[in-house]
Order: sequence, then C-alpha cells, then structure tokens
Amino acid sequence: MQREVPLFITFITGILLIIAFFVPPVSKLEETFLDWYSIVAGITLILGLDSLIIHHLRKIQWKKEGWVHSLALILSLNLTLLWGFWSWWKSGSPFAPSASFLLYFYTYVFIPLQATMFALLAFFIASAAFRAFRARSLEATLLLISATIVMLGRTPIGHKIHPFIPVLSDWVMNFPQLAAKRGIFLGIALGGIAFSLRVILGMERSYLR
Amino acid sequence: MNTFWIRVQQMDRRILYIVLALGVLVPILARWKMDIHPSPEVKKAYDFIEAQPEGSTFLISIDYDAASMPEVQPMLHAILRHIFRKNDRVLMIAHWPLGVPLGQLALEEEARRAGKVYGKDYAFLGFRPGLAAVIVNMGKDFRSAFSEDYKGTPLDSLPVARGIRNYDQIAAVIGLEAGSVGDAWVQYAQARYGVHVILGSTAVVAPDYYPYLQANQIVALIGGLKGAADYERLVGYVGTASTGMTTQSVVHLLLIGFILLGNLAYALGRRQS
Repeated sequence: MQREVPLFITFITGILLIIAFFVPPVSKLEETFLDWYSIVAGITLILGLDSLIIHHLRKIQWKKEGWVHSLALILSLNLTLLWGFWSWWKSGSPFAPSASFLLYFYTYVFIPLQATMFALLAFFIASAAFRAFRARSLEATLLLISATIVMLGRTPIGHKIHPFIPVLSDWVMNFPQLAAKRGIFLGIALGGIAFSLRVILGMERSYLR
Repeated sequence: MNTFWIRVQQMDRRILYIVLALGVLVPILARWKMDIHPSPEVKKAYDFIEAQPEGSTFLISIDYDAASMPEVQPMLHAILRHIFRKNDRVLMIAHWPLGVPLGQLALEEEARRAGKVYGKDYAFLGFRPGLAAVIVNMGKDFRSAFSEDYKGTPLDSLPVARGIRNYDQIAAVIGLEAGSVGDAWVQYAQARYGVHVILGSTAVVAPDYYPYLQANQIVALIGGLKGAADYERLVGYVGTASTGMTTQSVVHLLLIGFILLGNLAYALGRRQS
C-alpha cells in the first residue's frame, strides 16, 4: 500500500491535468492544483530550512570538520530571521526602505559577498583560457574562433576594430549557436515528455525512494 | 629559447590574475569612454515600450539575485527610467526571493527620480513560491497569485493594480533573468496567454533565449552588460553598464590575448620539446 497509493495519486493527477489542459470546462481544476502546488512549494522552503538546520546542528554537536562554519551559518540564519521579524514589526515589511537594519546587512554584507564570489570567476576563466583552451582539433579551433568573434562583437571594442565584427558575432549567435541550442531544447523537451509519461504510468518510481 | 615557450606555458597564474585585475581597474580609474552602438535585439525592446500608449502597465519580474546584479541591475534601472519617462505604470514581482530587495531598491530610486507615487504609478507585489503555478495563475486570475502588495495592501486599493485581471491588461512582461525563469515566462505566459514578453538576462544565459527571439515568442532580448549599456544609450544616459563597457572591452581583449598566448606557447613548446 505504501507504494500503490502514491502511484495511484500520481496517475490520477497526471491524467486529470492533461485533460484539464485540453478541455476548457475542467480547466478550473488546473487552477486548484496550481494553488495546491504553490502551497506545497512554500512548505518545501520550510522543509529545506529544517534539513539545513538539523544537518548543521549535528555537525556542531559532533564537532565534525568545519563545524565552526556551521556555527556561523546557524548564528547568521537566526540573526537574519530575528532582524527580519523586527523590521517587519517596525516597518510593515522586512525589506521596506525604512527597515534599515536588514536592508543594511543585505546591501553591505550579502551583496558584496555574493558579488565577490561571482567576480572571482573572471580570474578562473582567465586561468582556464590560458591553460585549457587549446586548438587541438578542428572542432576546438572552430570553437576558439567563434568565441573570439563573439567576445569582440559583444563589446564596443569589436565595433571599433571593424564594424563588421558585431555583425559577424550576431550571425554566430543567430545561426550556428541557435541551431545547436534548438536541437538541445528539442532533445530536452522530448526527454521531459518521455520521463513524465513514465512517471504518470508508474514505470519511473525513483521519486518514491 | 628552447625552454622559453615551455616556461611561458608554466607561467605562475598569479601573473595572469594581476594583469586581469589591472585590466579591470585601469579603465575604471582612467574613466575611459567608448561609443556604444545598440544591437537590434535591444532596440526592439526600446521600440516596443516606446510604441505602447501612455499609461500602459508593465509587469517586471525580478528573477536574479546579487551575484548577477552588476549585469542585470543596470537593465532594470534603464527600463524603469524609460517606462516612468513615458508615464507608464509598473507592477513588480519576484521569482527569486533574494532578488526582492534589489528590485525594490531600483524601483524606489527610479520612482523618486521621476516623481512617481506608490500605488498610483507603481507597486511592488513581492515574492511568491511556485514559479510556473504563479505564472499560470496570473493568466487565469491575477488575484489568485497576488491578492495584495508586499505591505499587505489589497490590490483593489491600489489604483495601479485595480484594473488588472490577467495578462490582457499587461502591455508586456519584462523578465530579468539569471537562470531558467525566462523559459517559464515563454512556456506558460506567452505560449498560453499570448502576452508580450521581453527578456533581459546575464550574458551567460542570453544564448538560451535566442530560439525564442527568432520564433517571435519574445519581443526582444537584452543580453548581458552590453545589452544594459545599449539600453542606457537608447534611454539617453550614462549608467554603470556604459561605464563598465570599457572594462569589459579590455578584459575580453586580455582573455583573447591569454588564449592566443596559451596556444602559441603550447604549439611552439611542443615542437621544441
């Protein structure tokens, strides 16, 4: 029964939603399911928070490697939560412009931290470009040439070197790149349909584990 | 000479980092400027917004966070400045919870600059979990997804949102993307309800949206910092994206130089060894 009931619910839900999409009189049903989905999606955030806290509390409790980082995470999480509630109570919203406490931390701590992490990519890309981007084969050479064209064409310097470079860059983006992307998308879509059918028909059961 | 190219191949990566850091810093400190020539796909976005009658309502979706802020935030500022200059109205939502303050900060700043009033000319509705469900629900009944703004004020109390029932009253959805939410806008809002969609995205994500652009499923695509700079140029001001263009030009040239040098050292070093 533990397996049959979820499989039955999945089958009925899948079939009903397909019918609701094509048959307008029952489309209200889709709306109801979507409302439920929004509620469940909201609850998953709480579940995620719960798993995160338990995982890091255990690390702290058993003093596992890196437990200090877990402690920093738990403290930051609680402080943010408290400040959020405080701002909400004082200003009506955790992110209201007048809720300076939380906004201050978002603007001057969170944004610089996240931006710094992302900005470091530039250095890794530079290192990888120098060490790994080799014209070892025809395909790699074509990739290298098109990357150079697009990199130049996507900045004003490309136009300055020659007005044709941005045009060539647009051509690369609009034809070879787009053709490859479309092929990938079609493959993903067909795979998605096949996987959905397998789930609805109960052939794919990995989500029950 | 024999070992020179091999030594170049084994160059300390910190030298590359220093050169790159200088490539970022020098153009900013020296305040170099470059002419910006807007690309056709960005011009389409500007022309579309420009062509809408005064008082049109645009739905802007914040689907990015601070990591993508340097690229996408200037787009948001330029678009808001354009919309408010035309006396159009803005409803803003977010699919990325950590992007909420970014959207709100830009909205408040541009509204203040244009002398716009909250509730009358613009409103911020905040974040709702559910992505596809939220997008589909807005098409069926806007209030089933957002019944109130982020402060808890009912939508019917806000003149800007009073007449909004579904996407039929929205001139265009403008999705600012750092991930795959743009796909959802096309698949659920454009394909099902026929709403016009304009996407702005990071340069990494932009290639994913070209198929939609070619198929006319999106009106226009504003891609990366260059796209943001193009939009700033069209709106007629120099913002952070335009300033960043010189840096991006120099860094791209440096990266091309690194690739060429790496390949040259590899080819010659291999021949010598």
